[in-house]
Amino acid sequence: MNTIALTKLDYSILCIYFVFVLGIGWALKKFMKTSEDFLISGRSIPAWVAGLAFISANLGAQEVIGMAASGAKYGIATSHFYWIGAIPAMAFVGIFMMPFYYGSKARSVPEYLKLRFDEKTRAFNAISFAVMTVFSSGISMYALAKLFETLFNWNFDFSIIISGIIVLVYIFLGGLTSAIYNEVLQFFLIVLGFLPLVILGLIDVGGWSGLQAKLASVATHHGYEAGAWTESWRHMTSTKANPMGVEWFGLVMGLGFVLSFGYWCTDFLVVQRAMAANSMSAARRTPLIAAFPKMLFPFLVILPGMIAMALTAGSSTSGFSLPQKDGEYDYNMAIPLMLAHYFPTGMLGIGITALMASFMSGMAGNVTAFNTVWTYDIYQSYIKPGQSDKHYLTVGRVTTIVGVILSIWAAYFAAKFNNIMDVLQLVFSFINAPLFATFLLGMFWKRTTGHAAFTGLVFGTIAAGLNHGLTMPESASSLVKGGWLIALFSQGPISEKVLHVYPSEMALNFWGAIFAWTTCFIVTILVSLVTKRKKTDEELGGLVYSLTPVPKDEHLPWYKRPGPLGVVVLVAALILNIIFW
Amino acid sequence: MNIDVRLPIGLMFLIIGLILAVFGLISDPALYKKSLNININLLWGIFQVLFGILMLSMSLISAKNTRKKQANN
Repeated sequence: MNTIALTKLDYSILCIYFVFVLGIGWALKKFMKTSEDFLISGRSIPAWVAGLAFISANLGAQEVIGMAASGAKYGIATSHFYWIGAIPAMAFVGIFMMPFYYGSKARSVPEYLKLRFDEKTRAFNAISFAVMTVFSSGISMYALAKLFETLFNWNFDFSIIISGIIVLVYIFLGGLTSAIYNEVLQFFLIVLGFLPLVILGLIDVGGWSGLQAKLASVATHHGYEAGAWTESWRHMTSTKANPMGVEWFGLVMGLGFVLSFGYWCTDFLVVQRAMAANSMSAARRTPLIAAFPKMLFPFLVILPGMIAMALTAGSSTSGFSLPQKDGEYDYNMAIPLMLAHYFPTGMLGIGITALMASFMSGMAGNVTAFNTVWTYDIYQSYIKPGQSDKHYLTVGRVTTIVGVILSIWAAYFAAKFNNIMDVLQLVFSFINAPLFATFLLGMFWKRTTGHAAFTGLVFGTIAAGLNHGLTMPESASSLVKGGWLIALFSQGPISEKVLHVYPSEMALNFWGAIFAWTTCFIVTILVSLVTKRKKTDEELGGLVYSLTPVPKDEHLPWYKRPGPLGVVVLVAALILNIIFW
Repeated sequence: MNIDVRLPIGLMFLIIGLILAVFGLISDPALYKKSLNININLLWGIFQVLFGILMLSMSLISAKNTRKKQANN
């Protein structure tokens, strides 16, 4: 593949962005007086800022590169990650869960678990979460360096060091507020950077109908019905009818319910943004405000992938083709190559800066979440409790450095996968999937005990691991993709010995999540029935639904109330699903 | 926090938009063959300038209102 030449103009735009990113950190430095200013923004962020940061923190490499890759590989069905796999969960966390997160005064999700259950449940969550954020941040970093090496022939180590240092400096100076402010900046940059790409691409392929016609030939060429790339639900009747290899039940339960709710409702990375809001009402509106741009993102990140596939199918006339890698298309190249294909120098600088911004926001989101969990839930709780606040502020700052160094180390784990999304789904299915069962029971059933929550989580995580170890996806190329337990205890090809062969990696992940959630849910209920709750009703006030007064919001206009806002969000998502059915 | 995030956002898009628009005006039209003969630098540069001005004015208006409120108190 030829590298893309960037001009001085493109580099100048990138540098201006760096100056502003660092400037925001520097300007916020003087406000960082306590550990709470640094780690939880002193609960001072307006709802719209928190809302945009809420999606921007999730708008990392996996979103922009991975979703475009999926768009090329699977078509519009990728929108399930938004319209069924994000929006309902975002409405749920805003309306039903935020009152307990924000109202409990907990500083982190693990701390909520400690207040609601006990120390060991918190430790389990804090440690697993810390590990996960380091890996996610590492994946962002690796993907960035690898991509910039391939595209512009940038030195791999240089990319890692420069992106690491910039993220490190702006968080070190301005803490979570700096990360949140930069996420808002990054949000606009990503939208304004990719929107012209989509517009030009659509003009080129002859609009949506032109895209449909071109992708119909792609679908029939692969042996699917003509609409498999441009209709999101019609081909979900069986795993053989769509390129994702999933069917509607696994999709709705695995992705739409377990994985989606597990991520948006319990992942501290996103929840932290809402918890930094300046009031209960703002915290509850944060995910709902975020849901509006979120449901439009498929047009920004999936469409370019679909257009890239359409152009590749007609490469003789379009002059564009995705490169090959290991015998199939290198789908992760969809977005970067589209940028190079349509953007002249100048606009290309904006596109590259937007790409850089998406990597940095993903990385920074993980680093700030890691900071808070490490400082409050691990260091202050187990290593050195009872120190002055100044001490913990210093620890928070030092953790930023350690977090970035660990991320660099983790960057190499991402190397084995073709599609970054699958790695994250895999990690989430082990850790996040059972977690939502714990929160659901903890928040809405006051009988749930600490022992039960912990046992449920452990068994749920084991269930996910067992599913992954005893089954495999079709044509798995490595044990990281499944069947590792079988391979550990037997020799020769594992495909005949595994309990089940899923049609795709995604199907394996979805079903693993379903098993993990169900195991955790049942085990937690059973253990709750035979153990005694140690916390009194008074201690659980503000933490459990039946023991907490409902937040009053009748005095607010409808657009500031979570209930009506949530209904609008859900109806809008439903309409989008129907349009692209 | 006493910093309005719209200020740096507005400023950044104003600067980048200006650079892009000016470059769009003086650059060789042949450059835009790849963007379907649309001078995307000029058009999107102007759009970014407008967006920057919108953000800056929102930030200035809200600062003015806060000052007024403080004066009234």
